[in-house]
Amino acid sequence: MKKVLTTPIQDEDIASLHVGDIVYLSGTLVTCRDEGHRRIVAENIMPSLPMDRIAIFHAGPIVKEVEGGWEMVSIGPTTSMRMERYEKEFLAKTGVKLVIGKGGMGTKTAQGCKESFAVHAVFPGGCAVIAAEEVEKIEGKEWPEFGMPEAFWILKVKEFGPLIISIDTEGNNLFEANKVTFHARKEEALAKTSKNIVSIGGL
Amino acid sequence: MSSGEQETKLIAILGKFIDIVSKELPDDVMKKLTELRTKEEAPLAKAIYDVMFDNLDRAKKLNRPTCQDTGVIQFFVRSGSRFPLLGKLRSILREATIAATKSAPLRLNAVEVFDEKNTGTNVGTDVPFIEWEIVDESTNVEIEVYQAGGGCSLPGRSIVLPPLAGYEGAMKFVFDTIVDWGINACPPLVVGVGIGTCSTSAAKLSKKAMLRPIGTSHPHPKAAAMEKSIEEGLNAIGLGPQGISGKNSVMAVHVEGMAHHPSVLGVGVTVGCWANRHGIIRLDEHLAYEVVSHTGVSL
Repeated sequence: MKKVLTTPIQDEDIASLHVGDIVYLSGTLVTCRDEGHRRIVAENIMPSLPMDRIAIFHAGPIVKEVEGGWEMVSIGPTTSMRMERYEKEFLAKTGVKLVIGKGGMGTKTAQGCKESFAVHAVFPGGCAVIAAEEVEKIEGKEWPEFGMPEAFWILKVKEFGPLIISIDTEGNNLFEANKVTFHARKEEALAKTSKNIVSIGGL
Repeated sequence: MSSGEQETKLIAILGKFIDIVSKELPDDVMKKLTELRTKEEAPLAKAIYDVMFDNLDRAKKLNRPTCQDTGVIQFFVRSGSRFPLLGKLRSILREATIAATKSAPLRLNAVEVFDEKNTGTNVGTDVPFIEWEIVDESTNVEIEVYQAGGGCSLPGRSIVLPPLAGYEGAMKFVFDTIVDWGINACPPLVVGVGIGTCSTSAAKLSKKAMLRPIGTSHPHPKAAAMEKSIEEGLNAIGLGPQGISGKNSVMAVHVEGMAHHPSVLGVGVTVGCWANRHGIIRLDEHLAYEVVSHTGVSL
């Protein structure tokens, strides 16, 4: 059965989640990426939308203006790691419980998830049409001066996912664990490849 | 047809082509992705492949860009010196980009340099980015469009190594780049490696390598062996789709090279994501066209 989180997300909803689990989200999801994080954390300016217990999406969508509002054309995750510098402070400041993006985040964010009792999840990158179809409505927009990708889009979503938990509330970090494995494998693979390259001769 | 009419016609053809490239992956990428999906065994990785293919189906059905990051539009133009619109091609490509941005629609991805403001049109100083190759005496043109997303542009880099670092040093640079940065670039990746005589030439060759159709090998047997060896090595790391870990890391590894100064070995790496949106169209002097990269596509 699908596990669906609904905003406002309660602590008990995410307490039992572990890295590798798949969940979905219904409720309020806002896009917030580089500029939004800088504004909230470094410039200490908050959007007018209360952010406590909602979810954010590291994403810059394609939005079409239609009569009386906007239509979501295509929206997929962007590289979460770019927000590593500010995410921990962002979680503490906003009360956001679920951060959705692409790829993992670092040890600082994992620490932030533990301290602020939040999780990070991955939406499969490049799957922007599926994500757009799970957006029921664009409810609003703040900070339009950032441009289409960076603006703070307020979305109502239904069973948005699949979301793969990559950092849980205990601070376990799927991608950091994978990285250790990948680095170990890299040493072995590189040694073998280098040997092959030399044996090709003249290289 | 007058020259003005020809210009308008070419803008329309290329605009439509850019639009389609944002919505349908080329034959070579589809074939390779299908193969990797079939080979995958890890449950989470398989689940991701399912979502990827479902997304591709829906993009086609709903006529929408497969990925929201439709990139900065880049063109690689191989134009005959006698192609009649050669002298107008730069402005034609710019207009075609603007047209596709509206029709697709594409994301507005041109941030003007120094002012750091989004231009709102998807074009700006030297954007679309164009690389030129002039083919002597020919009257035809081949235009390759590539939609370079931010995520897969991020790992791109080049370095100039001392020659004693050798090809081994080059391998280390490639493997480090892919493991440190490739994970977030939406694997399975297409990896282009350029061996050049300076940072620029290495970077340029790596881009050329990345864009070479999947399934082709370098004509030089040593380079072809090198491609195969790097591909096996990177796949053994098992990044899996989205870096979640899985059976493979890459769709392909391509190497391109040039003669170089004896004191240096330039190495460049360019990475393409799984949603590798590139396309090739060929036109003759009457603008009769053939879409090379996508079977069954009509403009």
